[in-house]
This record gives sequence, C-alpha cells and structure tokens, in this order.
Amino acid sequence: MRIKCPYCGERDAAEFTYLGAADLVRPDAAAKDAASAFYEYVYIRDNPAGPHAELWYHAGGCRSWLRVVRDTRTHAIASAELVKRDGTG
Amino acid sequence: MGPRSLRYSLFNLVSQTFAGNRGWTPAWRKPAPKPAYDVVIVGGGGHGLATAYYLAKQHGISNVAVVEKGYLGSGNVGRNTTIVRSNYLLPENIAFYERSLKLWEGLAQELNFNTMVSQRGVINVYHSDPQRNAYVRRGNAMRLSGADAELLSRDQVRELLPFADFDNARFPIRGALMQRRGGTVRHDAVAWGYARAADAQGVDIIENCEVTGISIEQGRVRGVQTTRGFIGAGKLGLAVAGNSSHVAALAGLRLPIESHVIQAFVSEGLKPLIDNVVTFGAGHFYVSQSDKGGLVFGGDLDGYNSYAQRGNLPVVEDVAEGACALFPNLARLRILRNWGGIIDMTMDGSPIIDKTGIGGLYFNGGWCYGGFKATPASGASFAHLIAKDEPDALIRPFRLDRFARGAILDEKGMGAQPNLH
Ligand SMILES: Cc1cc2nc3c(=O)[nH]c(=O)nc-3n(C[C@H](O)[C@H](O)[C@H](O)COP(=O)(O)OP(=O)(O)OC[C@H]3O[C@@H](n4cnc5c(N)ncnc54)[C@H](O)[C@@H]3O)c2cc1C
Ligand SMILES: [Zn+2]
Repeated sequence: MRIKCPYCGERDAAEFTYLGAADLVRPDAAAKDAASAFYEYVYIRDNPAGPHAELWYHAGGCRSWLRVVRDTRTHAIASAELVKRDGTG
Repeated sequence: MGPRSLRYSLFNLVSQTFAGNRGWTPAWRKPAPKPAYDVVIVGGGGHGLATAYYLAKQHGISNVAVVEKGYLGSGNVGRNTTIVRSNYLLPENIAFYERSLKLWEGLAQELNFNTMVSQRGVINVYHSDPQRNAYVRRGNAMRLSGADAELLSRDQVRELLPFADFDNARFPIRGALMQRRGGTVRHDAVAWGYARAADAQGVDIIENCEVTGISIEQGRVRGVQTTRGFIGAGKLGLAVAGNSSHVAALAGLRLPIESHVIQAFVSEGLKPLIDNVVTFGAGHFYVSQSDKGGLVFGGDLDGYNSYAQRGNLPVVEDVAEGACALFPNLARLRILRNWGGIIDMTMDGSPIIDKTGIGGLYFNGGWCYGGFKATPASGASFAHLIAKDEPDALIRPFRLDRFARGAILDEKGMGAQPNLH
C-alpha cells in the first residue's frame, strides 16, 4: 500500500502512522449531553466496509497529517489531502 | 433429525476397516433452512458453532440454526495461529480464559472429535529488568486467579530453546514467563468437531447463506432476511467476528469496534525444532511448529481499518525481523504461505458478550486477535445468555455498556486506540 502525500509524492505506507476515522468532532465539554457525546466520540465508530475517511501522519516524511479516503475492502486510495487547520479535510 | 454421524471409536474404526470403510456418514447434514427456529445464530465460526452446541447440550434448546455466509470454517476460526492460553493480567480476563483452557482440556472427549489439543507450553521471553517485573506481576496475577504460571531463569530458557540468540546486543534473553498448560489446538478440527456434535443434537448448519437483514417488530427480533430467504427466529445471536459492525448495523446498532487485518505465515516443513509456543518480548513475533513441520508464526496487526483479508509488506518485514532477532537460525527459512483475517478490534481490546436492548437479540464479538482460545467458554457463556436472558458471572464484565460506564477492560493500558491493543 502506498499513500500519495501532497508534499512527498507516492510513499510506502510504512512511513505513515494511522490514527483512525477522520471527521470526528470533539464535543463541547460544557454541553448538557457531554457525557454521552464524549462516549460516542471516543468509542463509537461507523467502521464501514467501503470508502473510509481516515487520518494518517507522515512520520517518516514531511510530518504532515493527511486525510485519506481509502476503500477498506480493497485498500485502494481515492484521495490524500493535507488536514486543514480546523481539523477537517 | 437426520442420520447421526457415526461415532469415532476403535470399535468403529476396526469394523469399518473390514467393511471397506463404506459405513462412514458425513460429519454434518446439509439441511435446507426451515421457516423458523427457536434460536438462529449468525456466523458459523468457532463461537457460533460452539454456542449452538451448548444451547442443545446444556440447555435442551435444539431447534437451532447456524447461518454461515461462506463455507464452514472460512472465517477466522480457520485462519488463526491456533494458540490457546490464559496468561492475561486483568482478573476478569484470566477467569474467563482459564475457564476456556479447562474446557479445551476435555474437548476431544466432549465432542468425540480429535481436536489435537497440545499443551506444549507458552513461553513469553523477556529481555530487561522492567519487563521481568511486568511478567512477575502477570504471573502472580495468573496464579491468584487459579491459572498456572512459572518464571523461568535464563538457563531454564536455554534448555528449552538452545538456539535462541541469548546474547543479542540489543535484546539479550534474561528469562521467560511460561504457562505450561497453554499450547495449540487444531483450529479446523474445532469448527468441524463443534459442527458435528451440534448437528448430532439436531442443530441445522446452513452454509452459503448470508444474512442481509434483521427483522425487528415492536422492539423484538422476528427473524433474518438471508440469501436463501426469510428465516424466523425466536431469538437471534450474532457471532460474526470481523463483520460485527455491519451485521449489527442491520439492527441499527453502532459498536465500539474497528475491523482490522492481521496476518499469519507458514514456513516450509522442518524437522522438530520448536517444541513450545514462543513469543519475542522486544517486538512482534510469535511462533509454534505444526505437526507437519511448518513453523506457524505471526506478529502485529497491520494497524488500519480493513475488510480485505490480506495485509501489506511492512508487517511481513517486521515479523521477519523479529523472527531473526530471536532465532537467527531461521534467517534462510522459506515462507510457503501467508494470509490475513479480519479481526473485530474493540476500543479496550477486550470482548463483548451481551444483550442489546432489542428483545431477543444478543451480541458476541470484539474478539480482536485472540478469540480462538476463547471459543469453548464463549460458546458456553453465550448459550447461557441466550437461554436464560441473563449473563453468567464470567461474562458480566464483558458488557456492551462498560464503555459508557467507564468500566473498560484495557489489558495493556493503551486507551481507545484499537491498533495499539
Ligand atoms: C491471522 C490470525 C491469527 C490469529 N491467531 C490467534 C491465536 O493464535 N489465538 C487466538 O486465540 N486467536 C487468534 N486469532 C483470533 C481468532 O481467530 C478469532 O478471534 C476468532 O476465530 C473469532 O471467532 P469465530 O471463530 O467465531 O470467527 P469466524 O470464524 O470469523 O466466524 C465468523 C463467521 O461469520 C460469518 N459471517 C459474517 N457475516 C455474515 C453474515 N452477514 N451472514 C452470515 N454469516 C456471516 C463469516 O463468514 C465467518 O465464518 C487470530 C486471528 C487471525 C486472523
Ligand atoms: Zn509527506
């Protein structure tokens, strides 16, 4: 598996570290439903068999965080973009 | 009930020899699904088959179907590296896996099937003082919970593994924690043995039948849509391992699970070399030798979500490096086969066996890379849960709501990061 880093080009997956699902939004700790919202945020995952948006860190390269869309059934990578400042793709 | 599989015994072996071996019957029937069952189990892996067997045997519920989307044993039960042990740290885990180890010890007689239970001992090598302390703690925890554990000195390890690299500059071997009652069990035989014994009790095992929908009416399960039509179910048990998330999603459930891939390897055949199960303490590598002579080994998960049943080369390299660091004499060994399996990694690395909040729907999963050893205890406890609608004491810690309650069972203290467990 190779990931096409926008800075470094196509690099072996061994250079990257995997965090997990992208697009999880940290809940507001002051909200009334904070306990259940944090439970969902920390533990619950969609875990799809198909396209999955996920975060990879290019530790052995430019040290950027990437938002990668990858098909979990085939490992085919549809896109890899730099994570924006606000944490979204 | 169809014809019972002929009992495996010396008497039948001899009489069949004289009868030209024409009287042997298939190990299980291939029935068409009935319109409805008291209990339907989804997933014909070790856990589903064991559950069906104990439902019939212990609880007298034999109007049961096991519905399997592929052929029997096509999932992780036929893909794992066959290691059984109870060398855990947390008391909840030790108690459960120790129950399983005790059931393994009598399983061949129980099932009248040679499951090739081989208590050859599991050796966890350590390389440093802190690691020794951690293993002493683990060994004491095991002994306090009634499991066996023994701390081996460097010389004792040398007697068992004279060819290991004791003076490796970075990872010298200082000793080991050993569980002598741990070992290996022939994994396919576990699937076949439970299938045959369940079938003999009247359980229908329905292969090539994928569950595509779960019918729920007024908060209670009614049955399943399958590729072979609708099957009614009084109660429904899910035991689909790596596919837990999307099968549970058919009932609207969302789980604290990620599916990952883990790989395993078999080498060319060798003369007897490694008598035990051995794990490297300074990297991800573990190994045993099969009766055919091949070394069966593996290492860490690949580390990313996957349903592909195959992994990538970085792990192959990592495992090979671990192998050569521990046993330099393996450097020229050729690998014959390697494969991957989809494992259901929970957020704390421990399994889930529980009711679901939907009437008559029960969930068994989250076995991570270590559920083979759990097969008999998981089947017995899941059958109890389904029959009585109450968890037994062993599985009470494995409830689904433990994450919301903060009562997680994090063996390794890694936090909610499945690829680190
Ligand atoms: C490479 C590897 C090495 C391992 N090594 C060990 C080890 O040494 N020791 C150990 O204890 N554990 C080990 N494990 C883990 C162990 O194999 C699993 O935890 C365990 O087998 C899972 O339970 P099971 O046998 O019921 O799963 P499976 O055999 O995977 O059974 C689940 C079944 O559900 C079926 N299914 C899925 N979706 C559907 C559907 N919609 N409808 C119908 N059927 C469906 C699947 O086809 C599958 O047959 C290893 C796993 C792997 C992959
Ligand atoms: Zn880069």
